[in-house]
Amino acid sequence: MVAQNIGFGIIALMMVVGALRVVTTTNVVHAALWLVVVLSGGAAQYVLLGAEFIAITQVLVYVGAVMVLFLFGIMLTRTRIGREGGLNNPHWKWGIPVALLTLAATVLTLVSSFGGEKLPEDAAPISTQAVSDQIFGPYLLPFWALSFVLLAAVIGAIVLARKD
Amino acid sequence: MLVNQFLILAAILFAIGVYGVVARRNAVLVLMSIELILNAVNLNLVAFAMRNGSADGHTFALYVIAVAAAEVGVGLGLVLLIFRNRRTIALDELSEMKG
Repeated sequence: MVAQNIGFGIIALMMVVGALRVVTTTNVVHAALWLVVVLSGGAAQYVLLGAEFIAITQVLVYVGAVMVLFLFGIMLTRTRIGREGGLNNPHWKWGIPVALLTLAATVLTLVSSFGGEKLPEDAAPISTQAVSDQIFGPYLLPFWALSFVLLAAVIGAIVLARKD
Repeated sequence: MLVNQFLILAAILFAIGVYGVVARRNAVLVLMSIELILNAVNLNLVAFAMRNGSADGHTFALYVIAVAAAEVGVGLGLVLLIFRNRRTIALDELSEMKG
């Protein structure tokens, strides 16, 4: 349990630092690379929580596919790679109180609701089979809807990005 | 491990993502901040799945990952289209719909 907590602390620190760099760095490519740190840390946290399949999906979809999309987006929407000004709004300072208020409200609610509640230590990890039973059982309709969302996204992206 | 350590980590990531959405001017960076927010939600879902010992949270986390991938695809398509037409993706210069 102690080892898990130490692991959690290290990964959590890495994720928070990475997330802060994503929203503060002045280089768009560096923001994408810091986002990789955050997403990989998320995958590690899923492993800590006994969700191997989600962790692997996170690495495949986010770190693999979404990151490549982002890097292509950065490549196609700018003329030079490097530091650049003007990445923030003129009124970017308003974001700080908004974020702090959001954080304070959420943390207060969490602390008052879940105080010192522990995760079950001897819980059997949820198997991938159980997840697939859920997807193709009670959650089949959302799965179909999701298939249509992906189809619409693919067609929409092609239509939007096509040269005509 | 406490439930709260995962939930509070997710809350911190969520707040950082909200700051990014409000403060950033470059559309690609705003999309990245939205990814941070979606990841925070996923962390919550998986933590609650472990707390309750049910697979529902995992199922929803997978759905969120798929929807996020679709969202990034369409979002970057929109950004490319805007860039092609306007030669800029600064969000405060897109004010055609201002009343």
